[in-house]
Amino acid sequence: MAKLTDLTLKAAREGLAARNFSARELAEAHIKACEAARPLNAYMAETFDQARAMADGSDRRLKAGEGGLLEGIPLAIKDLFCTKGVLSTSSSKILKGFKPPYESTVTAKLWQAGAVMVGKTGMDEFAMGSSNMTSCYGAVTNPWRRKGDNKPLVPGGSSGGSAAAVAARTCLGATGTDTGGSIRQPAAFCGLVGLKPTYGRCSRWGIIAFASSLDQAGPLARDVHDTALLMRAMAGYDPKDSTSVDRPVPDYAAALNGRVKGLRIGVPKEYRVDGMPAEIEALWQKGIEWFKAAGAEIVDITLPHTKYALPTYYVIAPAECSSNLARYDGVRYGLREKGADLAELYSKTRAAGFGPEVRRRILIGTYVLSAGYYDAYYLKAQQVRTRIADDFRTGFERVDLVLTPTAPSPAFGIGEMMDDPVAMYLNDVFTVPASLAGLPAISVPAGLSADGLPLGLQLIGRPFDEETVLRAAGFMEEAAAFKAEPAWLGEGRA
Amino acid sequence: MSAIVEGRTGPFEMVIGLEVHAQVISKAKLFSGASTAFGAEPNTQVSFIDAGMPGMLPVINGLCVEQAVKTGLALNAQINLVSVFDRKNYFYPDLPLGYQISQFTKPIVGKGIVTIDLPDGSTKDIGITRLHLEMDAGKSIHDIRPDATHVDLNRAGVALMEIVSEPDIRTPEEAGAYVKKLRSLLRYIDTCDGNMDEGSMRCDVNVSVRRPGEGFGTRCEIKNVNSVRFVMRAIEYEAARQVGIIEAGGTIDQETRLFDSQKGETRPMRSKEEAHDYRYFPDPDLLPLRLDPAWVARIKAALPELPDARKERFVRDFGLSPYDASVLVAEKENAAFFETVAKGRDGKMAANWVMTELFGALNKKGLDVTRSPVKAEALGGLIDRIKDNTISGRIAKEVFEIMVETGRDADAIIEEKGLRQVTDTGAIEAEVDKVIAANADKVAQIRAGKEALKGWFVGQVMKATQGKANPAAVNQILDKKLKG
Repeated sequence: MAKLTDLTLKAAREGLAARNFSARELAEAHIKACEAARPLNAYMAETFDQARAMADGSDRRLKAGEGGLLEGIPLAIKDLFCTKGVLSTSSSKILKGFKPPYESTVTAKLWQAGAVMVGKTGMDEFAMGSSNMTSCYGAVTNPWRRKGDNKPLVPGGSSGGSAAAVAARTCLGATGTDTGGSIRQPAAFCGLVGLKPTYGRCSRWGIIAFASSLDQAGPLARDVHDTALLMRAMAGYDPKDSTSVDRPVPDYAAALNGRVKGLRIGVPKEYRVDGMPAEIEALWQKGIEWFKAAGAEIVDITLPHTKYALPTYYVIAPAECSSNLARYDGVRYGLREKGADLAELYSKTRAAGFGPEVRRRILIGTYVLSAGYYDAYYLKAQQVRTRIADDFRTGFERVDLVLTPTAPSPAFGIGEMMDDPVAMYLNDVFTVPASLAGLPAISVPAGLSADGLPLGLQLIGRPFDEETVLRAAGFMEEAAAFKAEPAWLGEGRA
Repeated sequence: MSAIVEGRTGPFEMVIGLEVHAQVISKAKLFSGASTAFGAEPNTQVSFIDAGMPGMLPVINGLCVEQAVKTGLALNAQINLVSVFDRKNYFYPDLPLGYQISQFTKPIVGKGIVTIDLPDGSTKDIGITRLHLEMDAGKSIHDIRPDATHVDLNRAGVALMEIVSEPDIRTPEEAGAYVKKLRSLLRYIDTCDGNMDEGSMRCDVNVSVRRPGEGFGTRCEIKNVNSVRFVMRAIEYEAARQVGIIEAGGTIDQETRLFDSQKGETRPMRSKEEAHDYRYFPDPDLLPLRLDPAWVARIKAALPELPDARKERFVRDFGLSPYDASVLVAEKENAAFFETVAKGRDGKMAANWVMTELFGALNKKGLDVTRSPVKAEALGGLIDRIKDNTISGRIAKEVFEIMVETGRDADAIIEEKGLRQVTDTGAIEAEVDKVIAANADKVAQIRAGKEALKGWFVGQVMKATQGKANPAAVNQILDKKLKG
């Protein structure tokens, strides 16, 4: 049975369609893998019974010659998505025990397409973090190890549980959300493909909000084709989300023809940041060479406001989160600590319910929105955000895609960087600009670091041009021929 | 009361501005599909977004936007084709999201004008600063248990229009007239039912005082005043309080106060309001609201006749005084009733009957015009019988009383009671002769120049005919006979 978990999503679909195995068998194989992978702590809630029931439903439909795009495909769902009757806590103590009476639009679309939920994955609390260290369920461990070193590494964050779950082959794909890099960075750290779609492409309804103007759901998968399939099922207009955009969802997989000849690939000089490891620089250069060799045109571009992206992000995202998280007050659901009066109920509940990183961001956000500071911080940040978006708009007059590294380093050790929030925030330096501009961006595993850890390259596209992003990603995947596997799989098989 | 408060040290002028919260007439809430019906069991009209559940998003209710635009047009105000929803952040248990969605820097409606009608028949223009849409909070109930607060979220998320006036109001009467006029306008266009006792219209009153000719003084805001009478009383009290402080050498603290209607006084609100910083910022869950100018034009074209235009028309077409006209148009139901009565008849006479007799009778019974036992057509029929001399005005009042009690037609009552006026001059002459014969002394007095006694003779004749004699005929015959 172990073999079933080695299939890609695409291969599993074909196997199911050919009735080589049943959805139930596929589900059981992944449930077994989930059980075996418990030491990684990728899941904060397992939903095996539900998975079996869903798989049986898929088998009935497959038998009847029916079935959706993802019929019988086992997936993991990030804890940020509200799933009806299933623990949905954004890995925060403040939502302890919360089981929503509703299903998020994106997960509802996945179930509509026939997908099977094996469990919910841990994440940085309220999606705030790049290490998965801030989860109330404890750290998630990356299935990868440095060469000759057994030190546990972070899977990245905030969708670290989803990334670890896919990399450990406990599911065929997973949902993530990306606010400043939370899909792309963990995808890079775990040797996966991760796509943050254009802002407005996926509905945010039922996704626990972190920073509403930046949050966007997207898939994490083993390869570009699987990513394209998941993307098609997740995307679409939702009248319940006023910021979702009403335009047709293309067949992304059909766009994967591998052709990049004539494509203009922009290389922004501002992404050559100080202190970037040489191996990342070298990988980026390698990517440029692949495109050049395939007949793409490499264009040096400038995105002059890039250096302001990180500080801008760390004003806007906390500002929105300080307001979005105000509803967790102990009054209606989740954690409530007793207080002598109302103010004490609030302060005790929120002090006990939120971890230090969430508290830090609420404080920053409250500060930047305060009278007297609003203009200097929030308003200024919004103005800079517009400039950053304008930079890309100008750039895309000359190029079709922008190629950059995904993260400035490979996965780091659990516990590292925890005492330096600014160093932690630097993880997002390459991913945040596309988030601020609302652009689609993908991370593709492109090579290994000197110590054997996966590294990703990022492609950023025009708004709603996920097809070109995926097409070029597919090409890059082929060029990179990334075949390395995480240590966990070796151990698991041993 | 005048525009001036006479202090010990000289006169003061009041400066008043009002913020009126008007609940939008809409079946669903501003950002959710939950019902807005009044009086439901607590917490039965609450959607997931109203309750601030994780991951829930607001979606603007287009009907509420239309109602706000309609109201803006009725206020002669500028409609902003692009407006923005902002979050007003504060913690309170009846505010489940932890913020109120409102409009701060870019409201849907800008500057406008409301013309108020004053008792002397004059009018005054009060400037409107803005109108914006916002969601209501829920209701905290503190008196069910001593150790706990209960929260009812039925009202949470209901659409409100906050209508802000310029500080153009100078007296409590003007403030009262302004609230009444606003209510009248909103009812004409069906955007708010104006029921202050159900809380669908509430006023925040800003009051300051100054010596005539000086700049604005420091104002105090009196929150949540819920009747026209209380608005006026709160202003009177507050102005007197401020004058007292200033005359005693003190200064006014800018603060939020509440009006205690039992004691008729204002006092500082609990410290909940202390130094609030609402941290307004644009709600990232909602895109800027963009209106199509053609859509706004269509709403404008479909507006009904508004009170001011109707008043003008009543003055012009029915010869009413401006004040009478303003009283009649204030409630659209009254205006419609009057128009039916007045159609094809003497407008002034119709106005008198409606305003004096009908309103008087309805007042006594505690009814409004829509539940009047006397229908407009019936009242018109009664007036017709006066005009064609079937009955006199005095008899008509008798007939009207019976109409009020029974709801029957004037004609039926006149026939049944035999109230038809005697216009047969022979019969009247006979009665006149009888009275003259029996009162020779009084006849002599009249002839000696005591003209005033004639009225007594008229009365006697009317009495003898049970009031049915045509008063004009009686007068005419008496004149002839008394002259001898």
